[in-house]
Amino acid sequence: MNTPTDLLYAKTHEWLRQGKEGSTVGITDYAQSALGDVVFVELPKSGRKVTAGEVVATVESVKAASDIYAPVSGEITETNPTLSADPGLINREPYASGWLFRIQADAGKNHALLSASDYSATLSS
Amino acid sequence: MDTPISSSPLAACHAELGARMINFGGWNLPVEYSGLLLEHQATRQAAGLFDISHMGQIRAQGAGALAALESLLTNDPAKLRMGEGHYTFLTNDQGGVIDDLLLYRLGPEDFLLVVNASRHQEDLRVLRKAQNNPALFQGDPGTKAGMALQGPRAEVILSQLLPAGETCPLRNTIIESQLLGIPSTIARTGYTGEDGFEIFTSLEDGPKVWRALLEKGKPMGILPCGLGARDSLRLEAGLPLNGQDLSPEISPIEAGLGFFVDLSRPRPFPGRAQLEQAKKNGARRTTIGLVGQPKQAPPRHGYPVFLSGKQIGEITSGVPSPTLGYGVALALITTPAPACGQDLEFEVRGRRVPAKVSPRKFLLKK
Repeated sequence: MNTPTDLLYAKTHEWLRQGKEGSTVGITDYAQSALGDVVFVELPKSGRKVTAGEVVATVESVKAASDIYAPVSGEITETNPTLSADPGLINREPYASGWLFRIQADAGKNHALLSASDYSATLSS
Repeated sequence: MDTPISSSPLAACHAELGARMINFGGWNLPVEYSGLLLEHQATRQAAGLFDISHMGQIRAQGAGALAALESLLTNDPAKLRMGEGHYTFLTNDQGGVIDDLLLYRLGPEDFLLVVNASRHQEDLRVLRKAQNNPALFQGDPGTKAGMALQGPRAEVILSQLLPAGETCPLRNTIIESQLLGIPSTIARTGYTGEDGFEIFTSLEDGPKVWRALLEKGKPMGILPCGLGARDSLRLEAGLPLNGQDLSPEISPIEAGLGFFVDLSRPRPFPGRAQLEQAKKNGARRTTIGLVGQPKQAPPRHGYPVFLSGKQIGEITSGVPSPTLGYGVALALITTPAPACGQDLEFEVRGRRVPAKVSPRKFLLKK
């Protein structure tokens, strides 16, 4: 399983990349592989305020619908516009063009996210 | 599940193939090997091989077997010729479905019932309870290795393992034969909407036959297939899943499967009066096919269904169809049923999604 070391992770299999203009969120290689071929994605509206752990999106494969949780509290600023036409991007490039949404995290909050090695450890247990 | 998890006799084969395993009705079974979509397409276009060792086998053998089955099952076993099989129901006194099964007639007083794994013990209990001679019904779970070879190339592949000069069984018939010299029970049936076979061998011989089928089928594009593809394939073909589309609270008439309730014979069976009534006057509920649209949230089990804003029932099984590219579903609704083509909606995460009533056989086969 590919788990890039420059990202932060939630136990619920989302990744978060911190940037200048907020953070980008997607699902991990492990999650996309477990889910199988993604056929439909439901994303949050821009401007929505969310709390860490809240269901914010749904990713569906033929097998099942899977809830996606906000890894941090904050405001959704942008969603990936290409996913509705090509949801398979989540399988092919989970850490790049398959990203789900951008979020401006609330300042001053201490978010309990995992490093790549800690996240990987949760997968093997 | 409180019961211990049973391991398939083909478990070693699945491990070699790198299958992802899940617990299904108390059995540890493959859900996916190379990927659900690839497996689904292989079965539609070439062939797929499925582990069905969890499917239960019950043998009804000896004097009184026919009479016993006539008094318990909805389809008339007396109409089966030797070597022939049909789909039938074991119903409760209300006409609800305890199990749906395939019944094969091996001799005048010798029958094989192929039942759902999750219902096997309950079936045995119900079948035996009704008898003066409970020993008539034999067959514990986990005594056979079972596999389903499905798809347009299934016949060509199976033929290569049969003894020289022997041909595959005809549709809905069963034969005792040999594959690679291994004694095998072979029925031409399946759960995918494709031509195909269900094959049963001893536990020890299962892996040999499994590997040989994959090897012979390789040049034709066979893939081992998991429960994931099995579910999407059966639903595209409009076939019901016990525990979702069928249950003790749902009758065969309500499930839209009244064809398999034969009322032309005199003998009573559990729930006959209720089923007769429902067939004549219509049931309170019925099952319809429902299709969604491309790029919309797919229908899933449990979603409510609406007609003109009013809830009329719910989806019992639903899946984004890999072949069609939109969602297909079975829905149990109150009657009268809207006509095919009628606009409906189903609710996904608080949002209404457009759908249409459709024939339940979602695929139009050439």
